[in-house]
Amino acid sequence: MGKKGKKKPRLLQGNEAIVEGALAAGCSFFAGYPITPASEISEILAYRLPQVGGTFIQMEDEIASIGAVIGASLAGAKSMTATSGPGFSLMQENLGFACVAEVPCVIVNVMRGGPSTGLPTNPSQGDVMQSRWGTHGDHPIIVLAPSSVHDSFEVTVKAFNFSERYRTPVIVLSDEVVAHTRETVMLPEPDEVEVLDRIKPTMPPEWYIPYEDTSRGVPPMGIFGDGYRYHVTGLIHDIRGFPTARADEIEPFMKRIHRKISQHFHDIQIVKHFLTEDAEVLVIAYGSVARSAKRAVLDAREMGVKAGLLQLVTLYPFPRTDVVEAIRNMRVVLVPEMNMGQISREVKRVNEGMSRVATLNRIDGGMITPQQIYEWLIKE
Amino acid sequence: MAEITKLVHKYLRHDKKFPHVWCPGCGNGIVLGAMIRAIDRLGYSKDEIVMVSGIGCSGRLPVYVDFNTLHTTHGRALTFATGIKLAKPELKVIVVMGDGDATAIGGNHFIHAARRNINLTAIIINNNIYGMTGGQYSPTTPYGMKATTAPYRHIEHAFNIAELAVTAGAVFVGRGTVYHARLLDKLIEKALQKRGFGVVEVITHCHTQYGRRNRMGDAVAMMNWQKEHAVRIERVGDLSEEELKDRFTIGVLADRDLPVYTEQYDLVRQQARELPHR
Repeated sequence: MGKKGKKKPRLLQGNEAIVEGALAAGCSFFAGYPITPASEISEILAYRLPQVGGTFIQMEDEIASIGAVIGASLAGAKSMTATSGPGFSLMQENLGFACVAEVPCVIVNVMRGGPSTGLPTNPSQGDVMQSRWGTHGDHPIIVLAPSSVHDSFEVTVKAFNFSERYRTPVIVLSDEVVAHTRETVMLPEPDEVEVLDRIKPTMPPEWYIPYEDTSRGVPPMGIFGDGYRYHVTGLIHDIRGFPTARADEIEPFMKRIHRKISQHFHDIQIVKHFLTEDAEVLVIAYGSVARSAKRAVLDAREMGVKAGLLQLVTLYPFPRTDVVEAIRNMRVVLVPEMNMGQISREVKRVNEGMSRVATLNRIDGGMITPQQIYEWLIKE
Repeated sequence: MAEITKLVHKYLRHDKKFPHVWCPGCGNGIVLGAMIRAIDRLGYSKDEIVMVSGIGCSGRLPVYVDFNTLHTTHGRALTFATGIKLAKPELKVIVVMGDGDATAIGGNHFIHAARRNINLTAIIINNNIYGMTGGQYSPTTPYGMKATTAPYRHIEHAFNIAELAVTAGAVFVGRGTVYHARLLDKLIEKALQKRGFGVVEVITHCHTQYGRRNRMGDAVAMMNWQKEHAVRIERVGDLSEEELKDRFTIGVLADRDLPVYTEQYDLVRQQARELPHR
């Protein structure tokens, strides 16, 4: 983290910044499996975690990786795994377990071209819908997308904070361009980083009801070995954690795990405005595409087009209120994405016909360039 | 009898809605009893025990006992247990799995946990069938037997779980049956005390799904089958090949010492601290 008092600029790639963010947030456990373009996260943590008393392990596959991550979290460690599309697909079942058992953990998916083995070294944003709906059943989830190296640090810290505070898995949806771009960043000192921890029970163990509703919707989390013995299961359970088939216990449970996210929507919703105040043409972008869009907006302004950018950092829960606010009164909204149109559907859904929503999609394995967006903007 | 009941009650959860899910005559209760007796004899506190299971009839076992308990996804119990053990090595982590759970869907995790020599105790309850889902064949259903998914006959060959564990590197491997209850107590006790990955395969019966379809009789008849077909490992040398045919060994199949993962990782941490931050 550099020497105290003397902040030094550092040349980092996105994957390295994710590691820095994880360590700054207090991550002490990582389990992963090699995969391009996420492997650097494993490699660096294999070196760094034991230095700070943490644990790194390379498991036999991605299913095992997320299993170990959930186990470590239940034993009190802030835990993370990192993967790409194929591995993310393998993680889906246990991801649902973490949702239902309310186990904090961070899952980094550095998106590459899909489907299947796809394009291992090319960028993509094809996993947006999977990050929201990949595991089966109705479930709440938080998905955050960094667009730069510095963002990768910030978003990873946020991901840990959200996962701990709301007892939920949080997905960091990076992409190959963000992951492998190197740029100079000034990272904050450890004491400048807001770090939140999970809330643990303080009552005597015999009073502890592990899944009892609270005003926040998030029950305090007992840690294995701390004296609060309770049952953790992927079955739908009653407030004591035991499997239930009773309708009057199932529905309150399902509603609570959704409410604990929706109730804190405004804390979770993160967007960044760039020249949107007087804009008539709005670009809505996330990930590396937001970087290209920023350049394109500046260039279009030079040509007299009143363009602006709304960068989505939170993808899910979808930042509906900020998006609606931003697209109101826009002549046209452009959603460029490295997929066939995934977030654009969400934009159209909340738009409800207010503005014209256009899409710009790229699925040839290349990134969306500033030029592509610029050309579209000046035609409008 | 009263003493046994008293002991079991000391560890049962009193806030759980009984009765349990197992069929009358099921061997799972005997396995649970053996585990409780071993834990009690070794003097572990309830707070330091974590019992982890997968999916199936065996998966329901931890719900009844007053430890830190975790009912994971199918086949993945060892992966969750690995995370728990690494994050808090002072905990005693016991993993209960069925034959399908441990060696079909979870087979990869099983051999790698053994290879890694992480200090966990794995109890594998082998009833030769998928009982909870209705009697489909498992990796230990013997050749020629019947299952709902092998209505004519089973044409695959069965895993020998204990030998698989030995080959994969488990430092302690025991095999018992629910008939030989005292031996089972001892095997579990030894596995719990072992530094490293300890495995106990427990041969049990599923008279409901396996025995019935294969005309093996009720629970008592199937336990008699265990009695007649089990050979103590110490006695194997005394028997001819003909006498050993269709029989299986019980007792301690492997007991050796290898570096233990968590202890090795502590050394890695020491080494890492001496190097500069990169």
